[in-house]
Amino acid sequence: MIRGSAAAVLAAAVVVALVVGLGSGQGAWAQGSGDKPKDPFDGRLSVSGNVGLEGRLFTQSSLFSSQKRATVSLDGEIELVYRFENGDRFTFKPFGRLDSADERRSHWDIREAAFLLRLPKDFELRAGVSKVFWGVAESNHLIDIINQTDGVESPDGEDKLGQPMLMLTLAKDWGTLDVFFLPWFRERTFPGRSGRLRAPLYVDTRKARYESKLEQRHPDFAVRFNKTIGKLDLDLAYFYGTSRDPALVPALRPSTGEIVLVPFYPLIHQGSVAAQYTTGPWLLKFEGLYRHGQPDARGVRDDYVAAVAGFEYTFYSIFKSKSDLGVLMEVHYDQRGRNAVTPFQRDIFAGLRWTANDAEDTTVLFGVVQDLQEGGTRGLFVEASRRLSGHFKLELEARFFNSRNPRNIFYGLRRDDYVQAKLIYSF
Amino acid sequence: MQTLYRNPRDRCLRGFILVAGAIVLAALTSAITTLAHAETAEAKGLAIAVEADKRDLGWGDTKAKLVMLLKNSQGQSAKRQMRMRLLEGKGDGDKSMIVFDWPKDIDGTALLTWSHKSGDDDQWLFLPALRRVKRISSSNKSGSFVGSEFSYEDLSSQEIEKYKYKWLRDEACGKLQCFVINRYPVDKRSGYTRQETWIDKTEYRIHKIDYYDRKNSKLKTLTFANYKQYLGKYWRAHLLTMVNHQTGKSTALQWQEYKFRTGLGDGDFRRNALRRAR
Repeated sequence: MIRGSAAAVLAAAVVVALVVGLGSGQGAWAQGSGDKPKDPFDGRLSVSGNVGLEGRLFTQSSLFSSQKRATVSLDGEIELVYRFENGDRFTFKPFGRLDSADERRSHWDIREAAFLLRLPKDFELRAGVSKVFWGVAESNHLIDIINQTDGVESPDGEDKLGQPMLMLTLAKDWGTLDVFFLPWFRERTFPGRSGRLRAPLYVDTRKARYESKLEQRHPDFAVRFNKTIGKLDLDLAYFYGTSRDPALVPALRPSTGEIVLVPFYPLIHQGSVAAQYTTGPWLLKFEGLYRHGQPDARGVRDDYVAAVAGFEYTFYSIFKSKSDLGVLMEVHYDQRGRNAVTPFQRDIFAGLRWTANDAEDTTVLFGVVQDLQEGGTRGLFVEASRRLSGHFKLELEARFFNSRNPRNIFYGLRRDDYVQAKLIYSF
Repeated sequence: MQTLYRNPRDRCLRGFILVAGAIVLAALTSAITTLAHAETAEAKGLAIAVEADKRDLGWGDTKAKLVMLLKNSQGQSAKRQMRMRLLEGKGDGDKSMIVFDWPKDIDGTALLTWSHKSGDDDQWLFLPALRRVKRISSSNKSGSFVGSEFSYEDLSSQEIEKYKYKWLRDEACGKLQCFVINRYPVDKRSGYTRQETWIDKTEYRIHKIDYYDRKNSKLKTLTFANYKQYLGKYWRAHLLTMVNHQTGKSTALQWQEYKFRTGLGDGDFRRNALRRAR
């Protein structure tokens, strides 16, 4: 059922991509001659998007026989933006993926379907399905909480599901205030049985349980204040509602006798702060949170604090070339220590970002996350990208996981090292 | 006094005093003139820059479309297309919002800059895929803007305070007469020691800039062409060509569809405006 609809979305995406892409490409060149004078910011309907073809090769044999060594995946996304004459707009952005191996990774989602209305007195209202990002850190997005993680997309957790919301913004010289009403909860997605990069036990998402009797209908609230004071950007936020991070509770499936994991979504309170101080080539970053109501690995729901602090320093024009080299370092702390349900409980991240500053926008990011409590637990990754033409881009990625501790999240991924190449067509 | 005239020796002495006085006076005068002259070259350079700046006051806000053609020494080219919104600064530097349309992989990426008369600018980048607003470092003045031959400092808001000036000479530039002045960047992180700048005497428009690198050798030349006047006052060049003499690469920057006083305000240049910049 899901596979069928995903296929339909993708087929449509590919067709639209090719038709619109070719059209808009020529249009872009035609606009270059400047024959049609119109307000450059007030186009009516704009169509853009991308289609990606991705190949993954796992370097080790799998833990489970149903998992594959090589997978191929096709994904697509279209973004339609309609601008009204008064500056309001409607954005519609469906996404879909077809995966050769994992039936759950073949999925689709409405990433955005929202009105953005500009109201008097510097108020702004976003109504519909949308996406919001909070935070400053690079290696883990600790305080980011509005959107649920699309867990089948990438192990970096940066892909998010569309979140239904009413978001009222007041932007003034004294700062920006966002108030969120989130009327519907999105459950996290998990890889299927034949998918790799998953927990050793199968996550039975259909049995998901909630603390709130209202389950997915529980209304969540959030408020965020953001202010720039010279070199300092400061974010303060508060969230009350269903946690985006489920506790995974082992349960016996009576029909098969199999032990599975059942997601449990508790109600939580979270206060958070994010700050970045930008001076010269330095970016100094901090994210911290206080959370109440979240069960730890033992199921104990003690309040806890967690934080990430670090920096990014950039050496410009290295070796008299046009390229820059950024050095990144971030330290992760979680009060729960070994009982934390995150790979970032006591870890250090170090990375190098090389930016060629060439016409192809070539960049390479290398990083390592080292556990500070277990010497043998670490993750390594390399991400590289280069533009091939006005429409095509190539992305390369490799991730390696190491752990000897069965309680660490990286342990479940220890045989899931992979290299990946992705060709993206944008229109 | 009369007695002195009677004595030839006295006359001789008087003559000597006079001559010596004249020499001292001449030396003094010439020293003062030289001093005054030196001051004039710098004051004149500054005065020219101040006048050019004064003539460009009050434009308010601007919307325009930009097309960049990047050419390497083999003649291969790449295109960048973007839209720009500008808000004239009151008391401080201008604010700008740049949204990229081409190449397609960076479509929707937006850059917000609050420029300052002194110190680093404030800059935020909007990454549309993550819907993430990122404060970025603006200290890399000499870094390339989107792989082009323009650096950030070439494109940033040109404030009087960012340079020291010196008038060099007057000379013909095409059909017009130009002042030629040197601009010396105040910021130590600038990629240049000086910028030799041609400004016409009639409208105070920049026609050419020769950029000299930190070793004082000629790095780039920027030429301004297709000037048009807006609101009966403000001159804007529509074709800027930057040639890098050291690499043979060049970038042509076309400004299109200039619009003035479109009703933009501070609200269009806040962090949250990045999300709806496209």
